[in-house]
Amino acid sequence: MQNFDYIRVKSKDELSELLDKQNKEIKLLSGGTDLIPQLREGKKDIEIIVDVKNINEMNELSFDNTLGLYIGAAVSCLNICQDVKVKTMYPGLIDAISLIGGVQIQGRASVGGNLCNSSPAADSIPALIVHKSICIIESKDGIREVPVEQFCTGPGKNVLNKNEFLAGIRVPKVDPEFGAAYLRFIPRNEMDIAVVGVGASVEIKEGHITTARLALGAVDATPRYFDDVFEPLLGMAINDENLDRILDDIGQSISTRINPITDMRGSAEQRKHLSKVLTKRTLLKAIERASNQQEVN
Amino acid sequence: MQESNLVREKKKFQVIGTRPKRPDGTDKVTGRALYGGDINLPSMIYGEILRSPHAHAKIISIDYQEALAIEGVKAVITAEDFPSLEDVTKKVGEGAVNIRYRSNNILAKEKVLYQGHPIAAVAAKDKNIARLAIEKIIVKYEILSPVLDVREAMKEDAPILLEELRTVSMGEKIDKPTNIAKHIQLKRGNIEDSFAESDIIIEREFYTSMVHQGYIEPQSVTALYNNDGDISVWTSTQGAFIAQQQISDVLNIPLSKINVIPMEIGGGFGGKVSVYLDPVAILLSKKSGSLPVKITMSRKDVLMATGPTSGSYIKVKLGAKNNGIFTAVHAYLAYEAGAYPGSPVGGGAVSLFAPYKLDHLLIDAYDVVVNKPKSEPYRAPGTTNAIFASESIIDEIAVKLKIDPIELRLINAVKEGDRRIDGPTYGRIGLIEILEEIKAHPHYHSKLRGKYQGRGIATGFWFNYAGKSSVYASINGDGTVNLIEGSTDIGGSRASMAMQLAETMELPYESIIPKVVDTNSIGYTEGTYGSRTTYSTGWATHNLGNELIRLMKEKAAAHFETEIGNIVYSKGNFTSSDKEISFIDLAKLMKGNPVTASSSIHPKRASPGFGTHIVDVEVDPETYKVTILRYTAFQDVGTAIHPSYVEGQIQGGVVQGIGWALNEEYIYDDTGNLVNHTLLDYRMPTSYDLPMIDTVLIEVPDPDHPFGVKGVGEVPIVPPAAAIANAINDAIGHRLNRLPMSPKNIFESINQVK
Ligand SMILES: Cc1cc2nc3c(=O)[nH]c(=O)nc-3n(C[C@H](O)[C@H](O)[C@H](O)COP(=O)(O)OP(=O)(O)OC[C@H]3O[C@@H](n4cnc5c(N)ncnc54)[C@H](O)[C@@H]3O)c2cc1C
Repeated sequence: MQNFDYIRVKSKDELSELLDKQNKEIKLLSGGTDLIPQLREGKKDIEIIVDVKNINEMNELSFDNTLGLYIGAAVSCLNICQDVKVKTMYPGLIDAISLIGGVQIQGRASVGGNLCNSSPAADSIPALIVHKSICIIESKDGIREVPVEQFCTGPGKNVLNKNEFLAGIRVPKVDPEFGAAYLRFIPRNEMDIAVVGVGASVEIKEGHITTARLALGAVDATPRYFDDVFEPLLGMAINDENLDRILDDIGQSISTRINPITDMRGSAEQRKHLSKVLTKRTLLKAIERASNQQEVN
Repeated sequence: MQESNLVREKKKFQVIGTRPKRPDGTDKVTGRALYGGDINLPSMIYGEILRSPHAHAKIISIDYQEALAIEGVKAVITAEDFPSLEDVTKKVGEGAVNIRYRSNNILAKEKVLYQGHPIAAVAAKDKNIARLAIEKIIVKYEILSPVLDVREAMKEDAPILLEELRTVSMGEKIDKPTNIAKHIQLKRGNIEDSFAESDIIIEREFYTSMVHQGYIEPQSVTALYNNDGDISVWTSTQGAFIAQQQISDVLNIPLSKINVIPMEIGGGFGGKVSVYLDPVAILLSKKSGSLPVKITMSRKDVLMATGPTSGSYIKVKLGAKNNGIFTAVHAYLAYEAGAYPGSPVGGGAVSLFAPYKLDHLLIDAYDVVVNKPKSEPYRAPGTTNAIFASESIIDEIAVKLKIDPIELRLINAVKEGDRRIDGPTYGRIGLIEILEEIKAHPHYHSKLRGKYQGRGIATGFWFNYAGKSSVYASINGDGTVNLIEGSTDIGGSRASMAMQLAETMELPYESIIPKVVDTNSIGYTEGTYGSRTTYSTGWATHNLGNELIRLMKEKAAAHFETEIGNIVYSKGNFTSSDKEISFIDLAKLMKGNPVTASSSIHPKRASPGFGTHIVDVEVDPETYKVTILRYTAFQDVGTAIHPSYVEGQIQGGVVQGIGWALNEEYIYDDTGNLVNHTLLDYRMPTSYDLPMIDTVLIEVPDPDHPFGVKGVGEVPIVPPAAAIANAINDAIGHRLNRLPMSPKNIFESINQVK
């Protein structure tokens, strides 16, 4: 590990100020579960590390009846998973966030870090996308909002400018008609990076599907969002006997539209195949959640 | 040794077969136990190693002037600092190595042969300086094409790794450059005629990848080259004397100058027999003016550059009669030795059909160098690969002939008096007992519930080794006994030695205080490998106990003023006609005049190990992920000294076998870079991937050993790959011939078929 300076900031203003002035290589430190291993492996050239965990505003986890859920960029996965409101209202998010690492990792790792590390295989991103989540990006120049599906621009790359940071993520309020799920495939049952990860959400009104969204991880240079493959699903009754076949078709079509790589974690062909399998399984789970939700209400 | 027969019969034991707590338990659970990296000496400095980024290259030059000039750097060494060595083959552990190759593996000379091959080492006052200095060493290479596959390496036009290497084929040297170090042939009977008389013949090819032992503690060595030339080495090793010998060979320093102090060991499984860092740390210490030097490997170093076991290509043809009797075997095995000769292909060739009677066979085995790390032993070396092949084919025959898989094995199983395929006659072995036990076991009769569930069976074999051991003891003034030994305790052997001594001396287990000491403090003892420690060191301990009792009888005779022949010892008491004194009281009387004894032993042979495993799996028919539902391992364990540790050995071996079967593999890119050099991507099973591993201990005592011990540690890793392959076939009707049977490999195998 190379030598670097460590700065701890206490407020977003202090952070904006610092990012604006510095022209050295800076990296923000949230949980450090991506950053520290990368430094150890000598993968990053960094002169200054700015610790953002002590910024109160970035540790905010709150729910508002009109705005929905706000996840400060530094909130740990564990805090999110233990939040009763999130657990009951956003089980599809919990699917993904609870998968990140094990207990020890969860205590440190943040969703903000998962997003900003911008790995194509990051588990939280497909789930955030199908929840229509928005990144709140701040800098000395002000605040801008970017939908999560537009945040990543390549492996390890995102839309953040040098003077910007991710302040938090807003996840819109969900209606009772809404159901979401995230499934990933890994060869073991723990301690693996997604070979393929699929997030899906649907809305169901009076037993019929009215919207559907799908996002896939680890199948391309960035997490992929698909908002247009659901024509055949729209208006369909959830007990329609053709549902199964149509979900297969959607899976098939998705598998032809992605560009997975072959690496030590899986081959391109295997990833295409898994995309198809998981697309169907995840959509089914989302449909099931949406319909159960309505039975409860 | 005569008296040993008395304790052979089962159930007469007092201590053996109980489950006392281990002497090292408290230190281990409280974190106080000192492992390889826990030693910190005054004015200690740190070593780092420069490793080759290339899999195959000539070293043109090494310039370390800039590194040496850095403030805080104390010494830099390269292979030039090692003595030049002749090609001499020496026994190391159960294998043999050419010491020049061993030296070149420790620091490369002229050529690098795998990614991670050490080239130079630096010692500096802190780790960061040492790392910085490493980066300043300039090495010029001439990059050569790497050979990464065993069959590619055997081709006529393959790039040659070792210019001087010549194939030794059945004892004869073939005079042309090659990557094939050795060709062994086993031949018996007449396979042509026997195949012609067979009702069924199955021939299949099998492929396995290199896999690592995956011990959790990385290699760490601290060495001091003292000003008077005496050397101390603190390290975690499977055998302190084996480390001492290798250091002596490689550095050309007399054995007596080197004291190896064994630390607690965080796993070895065969991988901590060979030395890597020790001679480097010693020379750095010498060059830096006798400062102690510590070198610790990273996980990446461990995976990239310490010895995994061989990847292999195996082709087997097996014939059988309709009644299930095996007729003939024709097999071909080629194992990757890694950078230098010495794969375990010989063991693989014999173990392939060691559990069965076969009179007609032809087996050719090849030891082949490739641009990967030098392979090292891994639990029953070479055998898992081979048995994966043979037991898959046997399963196929059972299915085709519609014979119950246990019956088929019973029909062919070896028993006492039968010949092993390479000649020797078996003694009292328990394979039949194992198979009979399975037939009566509920697991074998339980119903599978899911559509994609399947059951598989496989039998494993391992030679087991005896080897040399020494022990020493002194009786303390309070009647306790200090037991001093030289066997590294990996699987609870301090407990099992104390138990065997307590049993012999008819004392409580708690009276024995066992300790593993350095090479200056005990007689020569081979390493803890070959499943030999409880067997041989245990035997020595038993002889030691008899000697201590004899000496105590002398004391008792003096005390009672009678002849030793009048003294009877039983249950901790010495009696002579109407007089009696307890062991403890007699010890108390002797205060300041203790009884001491020592014992060394070299048993000629050990009973081999057999085990048969049953596994139930479920295969996800879409993702091809395999879930282990239920696992039961049956093994002939001779006598289980401490049953919990026997079970632990079996469970641990099975888990490693499951890892090998399902996900573990070395993945190289085309240039010979190991891409999965982390435990994230070198996928050993986690606790979430495993059910409870059930064990059934079948005691068929070894008639030679005083307590009937048989080695138990290695055979459990052998059956899992084959058993799981057979279970997968039962579940989805598809036979896999490649390890690991990962979702990716199953997907590819099925889609090739389609
Ligand atoms: C053992 C282990 C298991 C893991 N398992 C998984 C897994 O299953 N799934 C998965 O997706 N990931 C996994 N990870 C990766 C990692 O834990 C996650 O990506 C985690 O969410 C990162 O969060 P963090 O807070 O630790 O990020 P950090 O390491 O602190 O930061 C990650 C990156 O984001 C930048 N950054 C952080 N916060 C901000 C901000 N507010 N604004 C701008 N940039 C910022 C940092 O500079 C850095 O480049 C695992 C890691 C480990 C070590």
